[in-house]
Amino acid sequence: MNNETKTVIERKDFQTLFDALVAEGYKISGPTVRDNAVIYDEISSADELPVGWTDRQEGGSYRLIKNDKETLFGFILGPYTWKKLLYPPHKKVLEARRSGHGFDITGSDLKPSKKAFIGVRPCELRAITIQDKILREGQYSDPEYDALRRNLFIVAVNCTRPGNNCFCASMNTGPAASAGFDLALTEIMEGGKHYFVVETGSRAGRKVLEKATHRPAVSQETDKAEKAIREASVKMGRSLNMDGLKEILYAKFDSHRWNEIVNRCLTCGNCTMVCPTCFCCNIIDTTNLGGDQAERWRCWDSCYTVDFSYIHGGSIRATASSRYRQWLMHKIAYWQDQFGTPGCVGCGRCITWCPVGIDITEEAAAIREKA
Amino acid sequence: MENLERILTEHPFLAGMSPKHIQTLVGCASNAVFKENEYIIREGRQADSFYFIRHGRVQIETHVPQKGAIIIRTREAGEILGWSWLVPPYRWHFDARAVELTRAIVLDGKCLRDKCEQDHDLGYEIMKRFNLIIAERLEATRLQLMDVYGKNAK
Amino acid sequence: MAKMQSKDKTSSLTVAEPMLVKPYSIHRVVRETFDTFSLELGPKSGRESIKFAPGQFNMLYVYGVGEVPISISGDPTKDGPLVHTTRAVGTVTKVMKDLKVGDTIGVRGPYGSVWPVKEAEGYDVVIVAGGIGLAPLRPVIYSILHNRNKYGKIVLLYGTRTPEDMLYRKQLEKWRSRFDLETYLTVDRATGSWRGNVGVVTTLIGRAPFDPLHCVAMVCGPEIMMRFTVFELLKRGVTEDKMYISMERNMKCGIGMCGHCQLGSSFVCKDGPVYRFDGMKDVFTMWEM
Repeated sequence: MNNETKTVIERKDFQTLFDALVAEGYKISGPTVRDNAVIYDEISSADELPVGWTDRQEGGSYRLIKNDKETLFGFILGPYTWKKLLYPPHKKVLEARRSGHGFDITGSDLKPSKKAFIGVRPCELRAITIQDKILREGQYSDPEYDALRRNLFIVAVNCTRPGNNCFCASMNTGPAASAGFDLALTEIMEGGKHYFVVETGSRAGRKVLEKATHRPAVSQETDKAEKAIREASVKMGRSLNMDGLKEILYAKFDSHRWNEIVNRCLTCGNCTMVCPTCFCCNIIDTTNLGGDQAERWRCWDSCYTVDFSYIHGGSIRATASSRYRQWLMHKIAYWQDQFGTPGCVGCGRCITWCPVGIDITEEAAAIREKA
Repeated sequence: MENLERILTEHPFLAGMSPKHIQTLVGCASNAVFKENEYIIREGRQADSFYFIRHGRVQIETHVPQKGAIIIRTREAGEILGWSWLVPPYRWHFDARAVELTRAIVLDGKCLRDKCEQDHDLGYEIMKRFNLIIAERLEATRLQLMDVYGKNAK
Repeated sequence: MAKMQSKDKTSSLTVAEPMLVKPYSIHRVVRETFDTFSLELGPKSGRESIKFAPGQFNMLYVYGVGEVPISISGDPTKDGPLVHTTRAVGTVTKVMKDLKVGDTIGVRGPYGSVWPVKEAEGYDVVIVAGGIGLAPLRPVIYSILHNRNKYGKIVLLYGTRTPEDMLYRKQLEKWRSRFDLETYLTVDRATGSWRGNVGVVTTLIGRAPFDPLHCVAMVCGPEIMMRFTVFELLKRGVTEDKMYISMERNMKCGIGMCGHCQLGSSFVCKDGPVYRFDGMKDVFTMWEM
């Protein structure tokens, strides 16, 4: 890591980063507290960040609690992922109007804006690049996602305090951001000082940084940042052993462990809703009562529903165990064959938000052990 | 550890077989245990074995997409499981699963096929016995097809 | 005139919306069997009809009801209407069945992988169809007959539940009377005046006149039928890399982005629906995959 490229923004100057982004024409979204959780929404000032908040997460449990320090990014991850802003849960895709014997089609009137995300964790940053492969790097692209991504400004925040359910280190996606950001911050708060070590990752990042109040970092500061990240990577709450796991999962497709999980999995689909890489969607065609106007909507969907794999006669994955298996095997094994990397980034949300606390790292280890 | 030779010698399926031929079979035999619900045979895989079921029950089934596993037949203690090892292309045509804890003697079908090629007398003895098995399966299946108990019995 | 793409309205989108449909007109409706029908479609004025290859499908949109994937069953060698044959089994197809000549249907496509019409040149060709499986294979027959001298023996094996379930009966009769194509038909159950073969379609494979060591087999029908057809072909000595099957899964987008059609790591809408069997053989018997 080159110290010359690192700068520091003091806590008292953090608002100037917001102002710089606004001056460059970005609409800022970031973490904020609502309904007892940290969610992502449009924010305009540093005061709207979860100042002084942290969280405690277990399997099936999330608690927002007051931090002992007035940190800006002392929490880990909430139920929202950035996909909610880039790939909205509901989107109108086309309109059709009756005309004579037929109908006229109009595309949806989209005007995607220049967005800036503040507070993107390294695992989430990786998740965004993973979703890019499906939503804009295949043969077809989602036009809104593509437009948003081209103009997206990312301020990543490295993790210095990993969560109980985190396992980004074993997935090689964190706790520090390595690429794909415009600016990356590491928050340091000790010895009465509170500052952010800033790494620039792009020309756009440098341009925005120029407009914010900043100064060169001294080696003591960059050392502290590196140390904090190093310590975080060994304090992870969990780990997932990916060694040969793809082949093991394929070989154990008929294993009984899949049947045992049915005793716990409700197939509620929470995990797919909070997973930052899940992309499955449903296309719903509707019409108004009069029938003169029809619409096509794209909505988030989940492979856990019985209907997901329905073809005439019944569903291919009728049993709950086959649906859990589909999610886990897709996330860890099939995804590698499809897109070159696993679909899991180790954010641990699926563990937190599963009502019965099913742990993907535990299930993967169990399948590995089981005959 | 029970004596495989004794069990095979006394098995009705092999009644009338010469001790020399039975020895050959013993040479290709080993014990196997299957837990409840464990697959013994999987459709499409290489069929290189057959089984003398000693204890337990086995379900022969086929998976119909969207409907799940349809049970075709069951096999119990004392019965033989598997004839695909004798019929090209030597692939299993169905699944077989242990309904309960099942113990069986596994015969190495590939080894036995080769031995039958070398010793045609052995081959004939095996073929005679499996012919009966395959014919019995065919007749039973045809009967099942006719659905004689149903309202629309033919 | 239909407005096609949202890039007319906003300057920041430079990628076309792939979910927009093109309106097509129904030129003809043919009732094939009691629950199966064919639609012949032509583009609304001023547009060229889609060019497709055998094996591909379109997403057909019924105004306000929904979209379904349907194989193209027409002749790819001619500039004619787009033909689709389907059973009326769900919400959308049941409404589609009652559409009339002149009505409009939305079309997106063609999507999907293709039957190995080119790869089969120089070989015998065995086409095994079960039930409505003949529909996605009919374009293959058209293509091969169009270039007849490039192929060896051509054998069509077609089986249905009863004689009343047979598709394209007039066409079958025409094919049966040709000398450069062997057509064998069979039914599971004989009804009425049927005097032909009775037995599942796999029973036709053993004596069909083709060279198993020098052929390409294309199989389409219910999965169970395809599974047992593969066994019979293997028995005759056809190798797995010369067999092709067609899979079917739930499709919502048809373009590999909604996730519904996944079969293991494969997206049936773009890696399929046609697959060479050797790449598919493990997955084929992984139940509920």
